Order: sequence, then C-alpha cells, then structure tokens
Amino acid sequence: MSANLRQLLDLPTRAAPRRSFEYVEGWGMSAGERRRVLRPASVEELRALLARARTEGQRLALRGTGCSYGDASLSAGGDVLDLSRMDRILEWDPARGRASCEPGVTIEKLWRTILPDGWWPRVVPGTMFPTLGGVASMNIHGKNNYEVGTIGDAIREFEILLPNGELRTASREHESALFHAAIGGFGMLGVFTRIELETKKVHSGELEVRAVRAPNLEFALEHLESQRDRCDYLVAWIDAFARGRALGRGLIHEARYLEPGEDEHPEETLQLAHQDLPAAVFGVPKSEAWRALRLLNNDAGMRLLNAVKFHSSALEVWKGPYRQAHAAFAFLLDYVPNWKFAYGRAQQRGLIQYQVFAPRASAAALYREILERCQRARIVPYLGVLKRHRPDPFWLTHALDGYSLALDFKVAPERRAELWKHCEELSERVLDAGGRFYFAKDSTLTPAQAQRMFPPENLARFRALKRELDPQNLLQTALSQRLFGEFGAQSS
Amino acid sequence: MQTNTQGRAIVVGASSGIGAALVRRLSAEGWSVAALARRASELETLAKECGALTRVHDAKDFDAVPELFEGLVRELGGLDLVIYAAAVMPKVGRDEYDTPKDLEMVAVNLGGCIAWCNAAARLFRTQRSGTIVGISSIAGERGRKGNPVYGTTKAAMNTYLEALRNRLAESGVHVCTIKPGFVDTAMTQGMGKLLWLVSADEAARAILAAARSRANERFVPRRWWLVGTAIRSIPSFLFRHLNV
Ligand SMILES: Cc1cc2nc3c(=O)[nH]c(=O)nc-3n(C[C@H](O)[C@H](O)[C@H](O)COP(=O)(O)OP(=O)(O)OC[C@H]3O[C@@H](n4cnc5c(N)ncnc54)[C@H](O)[C@@H]3O)c2cc1C
Ligand SMILES: NC(=O)c1ccc[n+]([C@@H]2O[C@H](COP(=O)([O-])OP(=O)(O)OC[C@H]3O[C@@H](n4cnc5c(N)ncnc54)[C@H](OP(=O)(O)O)[C@@H]3O)[C@@H](O)[C@H]2O)c1
Repeated sequence: MSANLRQLLDLPTRAAPRRSFEYVEGWGMSAGERRRVLRPASVEELRALLARARTEGQRLALRGTGCSYGDASLSAGGDVLDLSRMDRILEWDPARGRASCEPGVTIEKLWRTILPDGWWPRVVPGTMFPTLGGVASMNIHGKNNYEVGTIGDAIREFEILLPNGELRTASREHESALFHAAIGGFGMLGVFTRIELETKKVHSGELEVRAVRAPNLEFALEHLESQRDRCDYLVAWIDAFARGRALGRGLIHEARYLEPGEDEHPEETLQLAHQDLPAAVFGVPKSEAWRALRLLNNDAGMRLLNAVKFHSSALEVWKGPYRQAHAAFAFLLDYVPNWKFAYGRAQQRGLIQYQVFAPRASAAALYREILERCQRARIVPYLGVLKRHRPDPFWLTHALDGYSLALDFKVAPERRAELWKHCEELSERVLDAGGRFYFAKDSTLTPAQAQRMFPPENLARFRALKRELDPQNLLQTALSQRLFGEFGAQSS
Repeated sequence: MQTNTQGRAIVVGASSGIGAALVRRLSAEGWSVAALARRASELETLAKECGALTRVHDAKDFDAVPELFEGLVRELGGLDLVIYAAAVMPKVGRDEYDTPKDLEMVAVNLGGCIAWCNAAARLFRTQRSGTIVGISSIAGERGRKGNPVYGTTKAAMNTYLEALRNRLAESGVHVCTIKPGFVDTAMTQGMGKLLWLVSADEAARAILAAARSRANERFVPRRWWLVGTAIRSIPSFLFRHLNV
C-alpha cells in the first residue's frame, strides 16, 4: 500500500509515458475508433516506446493534435503515438528569426512566442492548433503558398527518430533525400523530434487586407492570377450553391505585410493582446456559437447562409483596404470554436474536406465541372475555398503550379456511401486533368487513385526509403492502410 | 446515460453493498456490466447470479488502472457509464491519529476514484458521451469529530467530481455526485439504529434514477438534502459542541 501511496505522491516526477484509452477521430469526425494512446514527453520516452513496438511488432500511428480532416492520424489496428506533449520551444533566436522546436509545439505556441519580437511563421494553416510535427509531415501550405511555398520550404533542418531507434539530422545539404521525403511523408518514415524553422520578419502586428467580390469562378481564378505579384496572401471563398453565370461566385481576400513605418505603433500591434480573437460573436459566447450554426446546417440553410454572405460582403468591399491583426486574418476558422459541431456531434458523421489541386491550364474547366456535378447530384459543399499554389521539391508534395479548390461536404449516414462514390468519380476527372490531392484532407481516395496522383518515380523511391528505414513496417496509419495496404512491405 | 438501449458499465467497489446492488440492477435491465473489487469469492457469486464480468482489483493499485480500463472497455465493446463506489471507513477512536490508516482511506476512497474517473474522462470526452457517477457521502458535508479523514475523502471527491462535471459538460459528458445518508450495508453494520436507513437496492435504484435524470448532486434518499443544508449552515463554534 505504502509503495502505491508513495507513487501517488511522486506522480508528477514519474517518467512513465502517459497512456490512455480513447476515442481517436479525424478532425472532421467522420472516422474514428477507440485506441490506446501513448503520450511520451521526451525523446527518451519515445525511444523506449519505439523499442517496445519493435520487440512486440506493435504498429504505431503518429499523431499531433489530430487536425487532419480524415484518417491521416488514425491507427489501423495499432496504437496511437501522440507527440503533443513534447511541446517545448528549445531555442528562439529573435535576431535571426529562427526557432528550434519539439514536434508537439503548436502553430499557436510558435506565433505567440515570436510575434512580440516582430516575427511571424512563414506558413500557417487556417487553424492555429496543429503541431509542427503534423504540419511538417503533411507539408502544409498557407494562403501565401504561391509566394513562399509550403512549410517544408521554411524548415532548415530537422531531427527524426527512425523506427530502428536511430536519430538522424536532415537538411537540404545533409541527408537531402530524407529531408525531402520525410517532409510530406505523412508520418511513414520516422518521428520528428526537433524542427528548426525560419520565420518572417514583420514590421507590424497587422496586415493590410482588402476584399474583392468575384461574380463567378473565372473572375476569381483570374484575380488570384493577376494579383499574385501584388499580394502576400490571396484566398477566395466560393459559394458552391450559385449556379449558371454566377457559378463559383465568391469573395476574395487579399493581404499584404506593412512596410517599416506604415504602422506607427508596431510595439502595440505586435502585442499578443492585440491579436486575440474576440470572446463573443454577436453577443453569444464563442464556445456556444456553433449551436446557432447547427440550425442552418442543411442544404436550404447553407444555401441561404452562403447567399447572405455573398451579398452582405458589399459592405466590406465598399469600405476598401483595412488593417487586420495577423491572427484574425490567418485563423479565421478559429473564431467560432468547435464550429465543426454544427455538422452534428455524433460519431461517424461530421464533415469531410475534399481538396482538389489542379494545374493552371485545366483548373477553370475542371472546377466548373466539379461544381456543376455537385449541384446535379445534390451533394453541394457547404464551404468552398480557392487558393493559388506553386511546386516544391518534396517527394510527395500535393502542391503544384496551379490552384486548389477545397470543398467541405456534410457527412450524413444515409448518404455516406453516395458521397464517397461522388468524390471517387470526381477524383477520376481530377486525375485526368493532371490534378492531385492532399492527404491532410483526404477521406475518399482509392488505392488506384493514390498511385496515379504522384510521379511514379517519386512514389517508388519513397517506398524504397520506407522499406529501408522501417523494415518492420511499424509506422502505419488508417490512411496509409487504406491507400497503400502494407506500405513498404516487399510485395507492395 | 443510456435509457432506452442497454449500455455498458464499469462498477468499482462492486463486491458488496451499494456497488453490488447497482451491478444487479443494471444487469437486470440488460446492461453489460464489469464489477471490480478485492474479494474474488463475492465477485464470483455476483457473476453467477447476474452474469457480470468481474476483475479482482485493489483500488490502491493506481498503476493498474489504464490497462484494466482498456481491457474492460474492449471486452464490453464500449462504455457508457462508470460508477465509483469503493471506499473503506475503518473505526477511528476518539483520540486516534493514525496516519497509515488515514492514508489508506485517501488512497481507496479518493485516489482510486481519481484514477478511474480520469481514465473514464479521457474516453468519454473524446467520444463525446458517457456518464460518471461517484458515490460520495453525506459525511463530506462537514468535518466531524468521528472520522476526520473519511469525511475529508468524500469532501475532496465532491470537489473533484464537480470540477470534472464542469470540464466535461461541453463534451456532452455527465458527472453525477451521489451523497447517501445511511444505507444498510457492511459499512453500517453494528452502528445501532440509524436514521432513514434504506436498503442497498433502494439506494441503487435512486442512484440510477439520479444519473438518468442527469442530476448534478443527489442525496439518497432525497430528504437527506435537508440535513445536508442544515448542518452546513451551523456555525463552527456551535458545530464543535455537537455530538455528530
Ligand atoms: C480548420 C482547419 C483548417 C486547415 N487549414 C489548412 C490550410 O490552410 N493548409 C493546410 O495545408 N492544411 C490545413 N489544415 C490541415 C492541417 O494543417 C494538417 O492536417 C496538419 O497536418 C495537422 O497537424 P496535426 O498536428 O493536427 O497533425 P495530425 O493530423 O495529428 O497528423 C498529421 C500527419 O502528421 C503525422 N505526424 C504527426 N506528428 C508527427 C511527428 N512528430 N513526426 C512525424 N510525423 C508526425 C501523422 O502521422 C499524420 O500523418 C487545416 C485543418 C483544419 C482542421
Ligand atoms: N453504507 C452507508 O451508509 C453509506 C453512506 C454514505 C456513503 N456510502 C458510500 O457508499 C459506497 C459503498 O459502500 P457500501 O455501503 O456499499 O459498503 P461496502 O459494502 O463495504 O462496500 C464497499 C465496496 O468497496 C470495495 N472496496 C473497499 N476497499 C477496496 C479496495 N481497496 N479496492 C477495491 N475495492 C474496495 C469493497 O469491496 P472489497 O472489500 O471486496 O474490495 C466493497 O465492494 C462507499 O463509497 C461508501 O463510502 C455508504
């Protein structure tokens, strides 16, 4: 008894990795299962866990904060290795804007640390909750992808613990193959344990933002093209319900960094307090606001909401350029916490995101066809987002010289199979047009489609590297199982 | 908590008294139940009687909880309800200040409760459903002369469960604190004639009703609420002269 009691009192200093049994799901809630979750707090604990996995042949699915929409950080029959407790910023150099971080550091923690010194992450996703390990593994892009590339382009160096227990350091110059494979390698090659990032010097805590109305898809694409050189960020929201000549209408937001001197009080705008999102939306406490959206979460409601959003944007367009805090511009989706619950809180429902990357030349026709097909099938996405991208050197990158259209589809159990079939058919058209997909957003691709989307030589050398670094095939996720089966096994 | 369809439950402290009565009731309603306690023979009898899954477990063995919990949830095929009923209340003399004895109560009544409810909280929060029921006691309302640490463990349990309730409400998880008065079980054997004494089965019925109605706190039987409110309002300088 007393031994146990002593342990009770010693709890905080005990080194055993935390372990629990949880329902682990993708961010969109449409997939999930009960799994054992292991949460190491240090490289030593991580090593021990990997060693045990090797002896027991236990599969592990790496996970950050689970912000991938689909099954990318779920496990297929094994345990989940959650790196979010390894969340220390190991070094921050405000003179050079370089941060060296453990993999569980979130984008939020990063920007909060560096902004007061006048720096901002070069690449951020639409939400601030992902971890650096997760964003490196998916090689995420921001609304400035066309200008600065993906997060991989902002990573100088990383340390990765291989499934065999070996710790390696990789950069562009050193272990270049591993560097370009593990970034975007969707957690297949090893566990990032340290990531060193370059960040962007900013002279204000605010951006200059301007809203432009797009009467249709062609206008939106054309605007994203013609404004590339002028703007640091470009993103278009698309009303997927609009038809005919208004097909693909929406609202474009463009933004640029302020030059030195433009902001007369950078010391104020760079403060964290200036960045904080408002605590209430229309007087409703933010944490409950999703309940109101829940009422509109059906085709009629969302058709209405999209139309209202489009027409009411006139005011924002009319007022011309305005200034907005970095966090407010970048993380618009975090304004309403748990907004995804508007899609229902029950398991296996929620939403999926379907993001289509298309080469510049084929994008307009392809996106038009996709929107029309959705409307004909009466499977209309409730949210559409258009971005401009550029190619990068990472082996399995999703980015290309062209655009992406991200569509949020509601998952209703009675129409689930139909929705998957619908996306599968769309994917064939995308691949015919030379397009690609993004594992962070995927739920519906088939193995054949996943094969087709990468340059064959890239996939072949990635497989070879997987076999070399993870011969026991320990690192697997539900996504890797779904798309590649026993990924890396000799037969595959 | 499941009302129409049959759910799956874990009851810790299930070999006798209120815990055993809860297992019987839930089983009779068609629930799949796992019953845990130290006495294997009592658990065996219970299993024969109502088909409950059983595990011999000492609530002081906190380290065993994650694995046990995981195994049980897998075996039950999911989990909807956790009830923590385990407690010890050794006799404590008027001038007795026995640290090991006191800390045994802390470990079983409180430590075990935290270990099990934390495990349940992680699962319930992530699955966005589930009910946690903690069997506290009227004894947690005031610091009485009789058994200082027993009351302390129950008071601590109340605060812990309230905090869990507040944390988990957003996820659709419910936490219910039960404060029984006197229940006819081993714990009250030999205490003489007791006020408003109810059977373990009667208490179990009231506890499940409270959990189903998503009560935050419930005295069992409910009239103990009056006593609870009254004794909480007695000023300390008077309370110390009372022989309760
Ligand atoms: C509201 C919202 C908006 C978003 N906006 C964007 C956007 O604008 N642009 C964009 O690109 N993405 C966007 N995303 C997607 C998100 O950025 C990615 O899914 C990202 O990977 C999530 O990081 P995470 O820490 O949650 O990782 P998880 O989802 O938990 O895991 C992602 C992948 O990383 C692997 N992994 C995790 N940790 C490690 C590690 N330490 N070492 C090795 N592998 C690891 C996992 O196995 C998995 O394959 C958005 C997501 C949401 C929910
Ligand atoms: N009876 C009352 O008047 C009354 C009043 C208020 C509150 N309560 C509370 O009601 C709950 C149930 O008590 P009860 O009246 O039913 O008494 P009980 O019959 O003595 O039941 C106590 C249960 O706890 C278990 N337990 C004790 N120590 C344990 C340990 N170390 N590990 C695992 N299980 C342990 C016992 O099983 P094993 O011995 O087999 O381990 C038994 O199943 C307790 O929390 C008690 O404080 C009772």
